[in-house]
Amino acid sequence: MLDRLSHHTLLRHLLLTLVAGAALVALTYGLSPYRSYQLATGAAYLCATAGLTLLVGLSGQLSLGHGALMAVGAYACALTSAELGDAGTTGPLLLLLPLAAAVVVTAAVGGVVGLAGARLHGPYLPELTLTLTIVVPSITTTFADRLGGDQGLSVLVEPAPAGLGATFPLERWQAWIACGAALLTMFLLANLVHSRFGREVRAVRDDEVAARLAGIDVARTKVLVFVVSAATAGLGGGLLAVLTQAVSPGGFSLAFSLFLLMAVVIGGIGRLAGAVWGALLLVVLPDLTTSLADRVGSSPALAERLDGNLSLLVFGVVLIVVTIAFPQGIQGLLSSAAARLPRPSRPGPSPSSPTRSSPSRPTSTSSESIDV
Amino acid sequence: MDRFLFLTVDGLARGATFAAFALALVLIWRGARLVNFSQGAMAAATTYVAYSVTTASGSYWLGLVAAVVAGLVIGAGTERLLMRHVDASQPLNTVIVALGLVLVIQAVLGILYGSEYRPMDVPFSRTPLSIGDQPLLSPYDLFVLGTVVAVMAALGWAFTRTDLGLTMRAAAFAPDMARLLGVDVRRMLTLSWGVAGAVGALAALLIVPTELGAHPHATDLVFVYAFTAAVVGGLDSPVGAVVGGLGVGLVLSYVSGYSGSDISAVVILGVLVAVLLLKPSGLLGHTSARVV
Amino acid sequence: MSSPMPRLRRSLTAIASLSLVGSLTACGGGGDSAASAPGVTADSILVGTHQPLTGPAAAGYSTISPATKAYFDYVNANGGVHGRKITYTVKDDGYNPANTQKVVRELVLKDKVFAIVNGLGTPTHTGVLDFLKTNKVPDLFVASGSRSWNQPEKYPTTFGFQADYTTEAKVQATYIEENLDGKKVCFLGQDDDFGQDTLRGLTQVLGEDGVAERQKYVTSNTNVAPQVGKLKAAGCEVVVLATVPGFTALAVGTAARLKFAPQWISTSVGADLATVGAALGDAAPLLEGFLSTNYLPSAFDSDDPWITLFQKINKEHNGDKPFTGNTVYGMTAGYLFVEALQKTGKDLTREGLLETMASGELDGPGLTSPRYSEDDHAGYGGAQMAKVTGTSQDYFGPVYATDDRESTPVKVFDGEATAPPSDGIPSE
Repeated sequence: MLDRLSHHTLLRHLLLTLVAGAALVALTYGLSPYRSYQLATGAAYLCATAGLTLLVGLSGQLSLGHGALMAVGAYACALTSAELGDAGTTGPLLLLLPLAAAVVVTAAVGGVVGLAGARLHGPYLPELTLTLTIVVPSITTTFADRLGGDQGLSVLVEPAPAGLGATFPLERWQAWIACGAALLTMFLLANLVHSRFGREVRAVRDDEVAARLAGIDVARTKVLVFVVSAATAGLGGGLLAVLTQAVSPGGFSLAFSLFLLMAVVIGGIGRLAGAVWGALLLVVLPDLTTSLADRVGSSPALAERLDGNLSLLVFGVVLIVVTIAFPQGIQGLLSSAAARLPRPSRPGPSPSSPTRSSPSRPTSTSSESIDV
Repeated sequence: MDRFLFLTVDGLARGATFAAFALALVLIWRGARLVNFSQGAMAAATTYVAYSVTTASGSYWLGLVAAVVAGLVIGAGTERLLMRHVDASQPLNTVIVALGLVLVIQAVLGILYGSEYRPMDVPFSRTPLSIGDQPLLSPYDLFVLGTVVAVMAALGWAFTRTDLGLTMRAAAFAPDMARLLGVDVRRMLTLSWGVAGAVGALAALLIVPTELGAHPHATDLVFVYAFTAAVVGGLDSPVGAVVGGLGVGLVLSYVSGYSGSDISAVVILGVLVAVLLLKPSGLLGHTSARVV
Repeated sequence: MSSPMPRLRRSLTAIASLSLVGSLTACGGGGDSAASAPGVTADSILVGTHQPLTGPAAAGYSTISPATKAYFDYVNANGGVHGRKITYTVKDDGYNPANTQKVVRELVLKDKVFAIVNGLGTPTHTGVLDFLKTNKVPDLFVASGSRSWNQPEKYPTTFGFQADYTTEAKVQATYIEENLDGKKVCFLGQDDDFGQDTLRGLTQVLGEDGVAERQKYVTSNTNVAPQVGKLKAAGCEVVVLATVPGFTALAVGTAARLKFAPQWISTSVGADLATVGAALGDAAPLLEGFLSTNYLPSAFDSDDPWITLFQKINKEHNGDKPFTGNTVYGMTAGYLFVEALQKTGKDLTREGLLETMASGELDGPGLTSPRYSEDDHAGYGGAQMAKVTGTSQDYFGPVYATDDRESTPVKVFDGEATAPPSDGIPSE
């Protein structure tokens, strides 16, 4: 039964998504509002990290500007919700239309960047996307009348539906929205990876000339991956706007873009499951280092300096160590650990884990390294 | 017209520092075919060295020497201790390690010095000398321009006239051939990083005192502008870096001077996209940046 | 191709890791104590704030919350408020609105603070207004001069603290009218509410034509030479600044380079002599004659009984750190909060505290009284001019009272400055 199921990729992913969804809904009933909010934030990050890990791992294009793309989504979401609010829209549309706008607008911006990026090699795409992280905040201050400058915009959000009961915490409702969106993203991306398009993208990454000879439109393929990746970043940004009921340029700094990349690298580049680890890190690590700073900092002045900086330091060190020593990231380590476990059905390590045999390649060239 | 002249001079003075910084990026690019994304943070660290030494000794020049030496050490050390161990078959890896280094350096600076801006002194007056009624360059601007030109000339001379410089170039452009000829390619690479670190330190020390002062993030924007300058000029070309740097300085000055609101960052992006799409190798570069 | 089993297995690990995200975040969440309000027990009150302790904006601002905490420590050492000791949880947001969202939710949902006190920054605090309102959390003495905090109908739990930027600018404009008549007045301000509200105050008094040249800057571009050059070219004689301390220093330093020496007049947020002087370094003497407005007692006025009190507390509970305008600012916020707690009484609830705030009874340090009432949640309603002489920044001339409305004239304040209670702790 299981055997037959796993041959039908689509069906399998659908089932897994539903199971995960049910598990998450059940889980939220055991969470305090603050934990629900953290879960929701993590889910919003996951949309962006999942798209970014595919872009970097699957197509080999490096973006330093995904934080800026999330900002585009967040602003598209805020502006749309304000328009709808003025027009008197209420109900589910007030949630769904702004999120849809976030996806569409960011995908369009991603298309423009991707078009330029598809023609470039080497450090030029990172440079272009790096400039985005400076430009997007500066646009919000240039058009302060419309975009609110440094203060940003507030986002119209309705409370949880009355049908859920009067005492239903807003944070649990937010967690449902964000987790729903993240699961949908993961489901679509997982299928994309296993599709014909996914194979073409990998072919382009491995050898552009060979791919072109095989009849693949290289530029088109690269641009499309960028568009997909931007769309998921836009969705993540839109979700953040909905969760916090506000959007401002300060939230999408250069450092934030770097954190997203860091999360993807540490999780395991090119692996959707790694993107989950990355999103988890983004939520948990700052908390851990803050409490560590409080414990280490003997004097208040030292604690002040450690606070915030310590998490940067840990992020940086982990990033360097992982890249040099464990290029496969957390998920890579887990997979190889799992592969080493004795299996009743098939003794010996599985030959289907080439990730183990080439630990120095962060973006393994085999399709199997794209995990779900 | 007066205003145009004023903005031109102001733009050139700032552009010269972008140029020097871009030069540091070009040096490493030529040597290792990678863009050192941690150049800005490394330079920020050296400005703190200058700040500490100058504060302790009271001498600007001692601070300057200390910063340049620190830049040399940090640059060479980064190559020797970190970059050498990165699997360079994936260009991505070196970029990510450099970004990790940015986080580490900025965090350490924040922990050591806190987040206050530390104002830094300049050795010459910043009051412009006037010709007639028109204020033009200040003695400090002349010092900046002079230093950048001197660094350019020294590097140009070293790379074309000295054995060491020629060896470095050979190691960069034909590493396998150089290795056959008995050149220690690795050592040459370490040297490239060291020189780049020193030039970056000098550039940062020229520009940081004219802004708010030493700060862990003081060179973030400078790095982005210098990177843009290097790409616009052609990552391969030291002369291009200078032309690009001056160009970016002028554009920034004209835009913030003539337009009501500050859209300089947007204009810089426009320039960058235009150059990348029209002449991807940069105005004076030769490498192909574009494949399709 | 991989065999099907491991693939399914890997998919299951993916799910497992997803659920792990949840379960890791699942720990925590606590039971309320049987207290009358969140964060309040028989012998303690938990309050929180968000402040920039790291990041570019931390310069100058990171000394405010330690001063507030020092005042609370002083009160705690003297028996607390109605037998309750105040715990002040300070969270760093690095002046980044995204962090503010996170830390304020942490304070309210996880730590369950009773109130947010003196949360700092316009862009940062704007983003949490809706959240605090939804959770009915008292949001007191917001550390910013924006007029957004004064919206009693929309945000009933939020109260301002500073004299708003428009109010300060109206006082500056009145000084210009009375003492610098006929001079060409210009403006350099931040490209946001801070700059706009200041300009609004100037034009309310001087008229639209009263401000000749208007220049803006954004914090991401540290070169203000083009703007200052334009002010010089326009022949400005008085330049009103709506700048943060770092940019006050940049503007003054750049002008000196261009041999441009107008009369500077700055809003209080950009004028703290200790902070701006430190930013200028050796060029600090350029500040001689620099004018500004302020609404709190001068840190340099050792004769003022409030300053004597705060200096004593600074020595005993704040590690004798440098005593600056920010110290006075932080301690004043602490004093006002303790006063509000005292007047609310032993039976402490959030509703009760908000009623005290709106009653208009609060009257602590400050050149005028706060404006708090049922339909006015703004902070101080007036200001006085100050001038830099040597290493001191002394107040002079009358204290003016006004508010941000166009129809409210600027009048000389006729009330009397309140004296501190003898033990330095407000009475019930």
